[in-house]
Order: sequence, then structure tokens, then C-alpha cells
Amino acid sequence: MADKRITIRATRFDPEKDKSPRLQSYDIPFSDDSMVVLDALNYIKSHVDGSLSYRWSCRMGICGSCGMTVNGTPKLTCSAFLRDYWPRSVTVTPLNNFPIVRDLVVDMEDFMHKLKSIKPWIIRKQEIPLGAGEHRQTMDQIGEFRQFSQCINCMLCYAACPVYGLDNEFLGPAAIALARRYNLDSRDQGTKERLPMIAHPDGIWECSFVGECSVVCPKGVDPAKAIQQTKLDTTMRFVLPYGNRE
Amino acid sequence: MDFESYDVLVVGGGLAGIRAAIAVVEANPRLKVAMVSKVYPMRSHTVSAEGGAAAVLRPEDSYETHAFDTIKGSDYLADQDVVEAFVREAPIEVIQMEHWGCPWSREPDGKISARPFGGMTTWRTCFAADKTGFHMLHTVFQTSLKFDQIHRHDEAFATKLLVEDGRCVGVVAIDMRSGKFDAITAKAVILATGGLGRVYAFTTNGNICTGDGMALAYRAGVGLKDMEMVQFHPTGLPFTGILITEAVRGEGGYLTNKDGERFLKRYVPNKMELGPRDIISRAMTTEFEEGRGFEGAHGKYMHLDVRHLGEAVIDSKLPFMRELGREFVGIDIVHDPIPVRPVQHYMMGGVDADISGVTPLAGLYAAGECANVGLNGGNRLGSNSLSECLVFGAAAGRQAADYVSSARAPGSNPVGAMLKDETARIEAAYLDKKGGDERIGAIREEMQLAMDVGAGVFRTREGLEKLTKQLGTLRDRFEKIKIEDSSRTFNTELMAAMELDFMLEVADVITYSALAREESRGAHSRRDYPERDDAKYLKHTVAFRTDDISPRLEYRDVRITNFKPQARTY
Repeated sequence: MADKRITIRATRFDPEKDKSPRLQSYDIPFSDDSMVVLDALNYIKSHVDGSLSYRWSCRMGICGSCGMTVNGTPKLTCSAFLRDYWPRSVTVTPLNNFPIVRDLVVDMEDFMHKLKSIKPWIIRKQEIPLGAGEHRQTMDQIGEFRQFSQCINCMLCYAACPVYGLDNEFLGPAAIALARRYNLDSRDQGTKERLPMIAHPDGIWECSFVGECSVVCPKGVDPAKAIQQTKLDTTMRFVLPYGNRE
Repeated sequence: MDFESYDVLVVGGGLAGIRAAIAVVEANPRLKVAMVSKVYPMRSHTVSAEGGAAAVLRPEDSYETHAFDTIKGSDYLADQDVVEAFVREAPIEVIQMEHWGCPWSREPDGKISARPFGGMTTWRTCFAADKTGFHMLHTVFQTSLKFDQIHRHDEAFATKLLVEDGRCVGVVAIDMRSGKFDAITAKAVILATGGLGRVYAFTTNGNICTGDGMALAYRAGVGLKDMEMVQFHPTGLPFTGILITEAVRGEGGYLTNKDGERFLKRYVPNKMELGPRDIISRAMTTEFEEGRGFEGAHGKYMHLDVRHLGEAVIDSKLPFMRELGREFVGIDIVHDPIPVRPVQHYMMGGVDADISGVTPLAGLYAAGECANVGLNGGNRLGSNSLSECLVFGAAAGRQAADYVSSARAPGSNPVGAMLKDETARIEAAYLDKKGGDERIGAIREEMQLAMDVGAGVFRTREGLEKLTKQLGTLRDRFEKIKIEDSSRTFNTELMAAMELDFMLEVADVITYSALAREESRGAHSRRDYPERDDAKYLKHTVAFRTDDISPRLEYRDVRITNFKPQARTY
């Protein structure tokens, strides 16, 4: 075990110097079976090349920072074990479909604007005062939206989405799933306010139901389902006179 | 020169920071708020909190009990007036989070549910399954998006507090994307930068928890209070340090040693697995030393066993724990015990602040883990910290909003000069430096390992004195570091160097504060002084920066109101 090694190839790109991204190869010790791809990157940064740039923090699959493409698949690198690749080499590139800022760091400002555009907060016609206590909500009612509330904004679904790859005006899987999360919350009355963004030509209708978003989600969210459900609901609003929930 | 100017600037985008920002605009919608965070706010370490937020919501519960539990848990180092105010505000804040959409787990009647937690005499820990911090952070962040008065500066790293005429008037920050240094000015600054767990090697804390706000305040002359009080959580996964929530024990999990014995009967017989963190971490360490731990590839460990709870309870109350077990250990906690050992988790100490987040520096406020408002004393009870972020984040926001209504705007000339000096300092120390050969990674790792050994669960004079020397040597070596990354674009090596600079600073304060407290209280356990000494040390340590490596220490009486210190047994 002590002598086991693994080759990591990582994207290098410094916009101040490079015209295009290139791959750099690092041969490092694979010293512990518990090592993940992120540990390998950290080893490189600490011991081999301090200039390698990438984002990470919690290394427990919940902060959503460390999404990258690992041997062609969008992954959280904190949860991608080297033992699943060794003795093959591991190629780490930035998430697809996003502009590269530097090395493995992508520009996700687009998502931050889209997130805000779907109004991801509780909207009510009338707020109840704090003194009145909590809204009553059953576990079954939470069950309606629970899975969509698990999104960690890691961007793997955008990296996997062929539609977003072709047209980044598309609202995209996570933003639509989060809109659905609020629309399905028994405390919320904002479905109509969110409708213009959702029903917009760049909203749900762009999705061609490839379903890759749901496949790559590390948190079991099913954005494809959110999109299909929303398509159905949106249609029902027009077809049925009583279609307006709330 | 003109600088971006705001009424209030919040450093940090976790639960306390965002709660503070919203409190400012709720207090006065005309105020303009900046939020400067070195990561996108939803990456903040609040996201990793699991078990819950304490609040008295059930009719059977009382403020007095929550206050007493917290004070006893603190080993009587908490300021009792602060605790009494906190327990009254916490339920209001938990309800506020509910109104903002937090998916709190519920009782059959639809009310917010609660679970038992360590050191709490009754069920008062509100939870959203076992991802409470994640849900609270995303709820409060997404809610903050509706306030156009809150202007975010994401991925901007604050390097220095701007102080003019004895008032804090903003920060110098480097924008990671452009590499540009800027002065961002405000009439008031709220520090909410979280903890410093990364000064230790084995920690539950994320990479971003580097004590930035504590170091910023310390360098501006503000004291750091009770920094010897470092919490070690009993149940971290070996190797990764990933937190296994106390809720596992709250829901009925057992801790067993290699003989299959629930060993806590020897340490906290009346509370068993629901004893406070400091005592359970010491119990585990003692068991290890006496040869009753399991031996593993990544050190000694104990078993945390939930098999008797059954799959249904585990999936409804502890789904994330099952996920973590599968992902990171390769076990199914429904069928296998979880390997755990004590791990650095939380900093009770922090920036000296009062009940409203006010620090001794005019215009500077602090809230959340980076602050010490006197709530947690020697040992924080589990689930008090999420509530603390809400209660004291909101208090600091309101206080700052009030202060800026009469404070004048900072002058641009002194700010311009300060920006120029700070930029020159960083360029000389890091970017334009020639000839260094020390690696940041190597110094950081040595600091972390030295802290684990010297300032861990148990401490001694010899260990702490050795640690001060090791830190001194590391500081000397830090002066000779080499930055390989010459780019201005997203230079994470530069950021890591500045974070290490901050960490070396706060590690020193921890060590000297621990050396001077010659007693055992809460999480600070001295082998050479095993008893609590109320006659000498019923006091807060406050450390001030000097030109020398060691801080100047002052002591301040703990405020006692209704709860006389007594022996702390469970």
C-alpha cells in the first residue's frame, strides 16, 4: 500500500497567460484506501504545485463547492473515491457548460441570477405575525416537496444538461427544482408569481427530458421530475377552470 | 478616491451573517448593506450543522430550565444575563425561520417537533431531519435574495479592518475573481466569519473555517475572549473527521467500547449518551488510554450503535447519517455500528462582544461562532449554536442599524491611504516576494498536528509550553514562505497564505490562554490542574495583541444572576 501511486491529470488554465486550457499530469502517492479525488488535489496543492486552483470546503457532500468532471462524469470530488478508478489514471476537468475562471474553477454567476429569478422564498398574500406561532405543516405535506429541498446548488445537473449546454438561457434543472420546492410547500402562495419565469420559453419548455440531471444529482433530487410535473401543472392551469391551486 | 460605501457591512455569509443583514434592512429598509464572503453564502459552514437548534417551544419546557442547562453546560463560565436573554429570543427566531420556509420536522399535529440533546434536561432541539444547518442556511440565504438592499460581494476575502479615528469603517478585501484589492466602506461592520477549526488537523470544520474574523478583530486591537475553550465533539468519523450528529444519541444511539460496554456509566451515569460533549470526549479519550478502544487504520475509535432503533426511525430522523455511512465509511448504519472518535468541532471563544454584538471598537460588531458574547462559557451545549447565530445575528444587525442612524460616513482620504498600505503589505509579503522556500502546506500541517497534540482534549503545562515554541518556529518559517502562483486570477494559494497567517495568530491566542488558565473547566482540561477553581478563575480570559508573540491577558468576572456555581455532575 505504501508504494501505491496514482496519476492525476488536472485542467490548468490561467486567463492571464493561457489561450486555452491544457491538462497537467501529477503522479502522487495513493497512500490510503479512503482517499477521494479531492484529497488527491489537496495533496498536489500542499506538496507538489501550490498554484493549482479549485473550490472546496466541507468535504462531506453538503456544501456543494467541489463539483468537477471526473473521467468525464460530473461529480462531487469529495465523494469520488480513488479506489474506484485506480489503477487507471484520473482526469479532473472543470464542470462542463460553464465558462472557466481558472484551472478547475468555473463561473456560476449565471445560476446565482437564475436562482433569484425564480423567487426562492415563501410568498404569502398576508404574512402571519410571529406571535401567532408556526404554520401547521404535517410530515406528509413536507413529503410533497422534501426531495426538491435537498438541492445543494453544486451545479452537477447543469454540467450534465445537454439543453443548457446548447442554450444557457435555459433556466435549468436546479432552479426549476427549487421553484417546484416552493410551489409545493403548503405555506407558500407564490406559484402564480413564479409562473412567468417557469412558463417562459426559456423555462420548463426547453427541457427535452433527457434526464441526465437526475442521474448525476448527488443528493437524490429528481429535477427531471420537477420539470415534467411543472409542465403538467402549467398546462392544467390553462385547460381547467379550477386548475389554479391556492 | 471614491469607494463603494454602505451603511452596514457584514463579513461572512453564514447563518449569523445573513440573519444580521436581514435584521438591518428589517430595522430600516432604507439602509444599504454589503455582505462580503469568501465563498458563495450557501457554501458557508453552517451548511454542515446537523442535529438542530434549541428553543423552548413546548408548554412542558421553561426558559429557566434552558438557561440552567446552558449555564451548567458552560461549567458556569457563561454570563447568566446573556443566557437568560438568549433563551427568550430563541423560540421567536425559530418561528421566524419557520415563516421563512425552513422545513422543520413536525409533530403529528403539524407543530414544530423537538428531539433530546446532550446536556438538555428536556426535548427542545428543533430539527429538519439531520440536515438542520443545511436547511436553515439555504432558507435564510434564499430569503435574503428578496431584499434588494443587500449587496453581495461573493468570493471576496477581507484582509484588514479599516479603522479611522477609533471607529471601524469597513474592510480591505481582495476580489478572488479579479485579484483586485478594494476598500469597501461602511458606517458599521459586523463580523460573522465563523470558527477556526482548521487550526487543528482532526476537525469537523470545513476548509474555510480559519478564524479570519477573530484575527481581523485581534489585529485591530479588540480582545479575544475565552480562546482556551475549544470544543471537541465526541463523534467524528476517523480519517475524514466528518461529524456524526449528537442527534444519533438523542434518538437513542449507544456508545460502546471494544468490550461492548456502554462505558459512559462510569462518567455520566445519570445522563449516559446524553451527557455534555466535553465530558463525553474526555471519557472516550480516557477509555482509549486505558486500552478499551477499538484499534483501526486511522487510530482508536468507539462504536456508536443505532441498530436497535430500526430502519424506519433511522430513515425518518437520521437519513443523512445513513448516507454518510454509506458514502464515506462503506457501512449501512441500520446493520453496522459507526466508528467514531472525538474531533475538534467548535470554538466557544471569540471576539469580545456584548449581548448586542457590540465590541469595544466603535462601529464593530460580532455574532455567531466568531464572537464570544458570553453564551457558551467553557462548553457549548449541542444545538445552542444554530440558535445563537439567529439570536445574536439579529441582535447585532438591529444594534448596527441603530448605530448608523447617527454615525457619520467614513472619510475617503484616510481610507485611500489605508488601502494603499494594505495592498503594499500583501504584495510585499506574498506576491512580489523573492527567495522564500517554505511551503504553505507544510507549515499548515505541522501547525495542525502540533495543536492536536498540545491543545487537545487534555492539556498540560509541558505540552502547552512546547506548543508555544512550535508555533513560534512556524511563525518564523512563515516569514520565508514561497508563493508559486503568480496569477491575480482566483489565486487560492495567496488566500491560503493569508488564512494561514490568521490561523497562526489565533493558534497562539488559544495556546497562551490555555497555559494561563491553571484549572480545569468545561472543555479546558488541565492534567496538572484537574479541579475547577472558582476562587481564581470564575473569570473570562481576554487576550490582546502585543508586538511580542505572546498576548497580554486580562481577566473579567463572569456575570452571575440566578444560578450559583455548584459541582457539575451528570
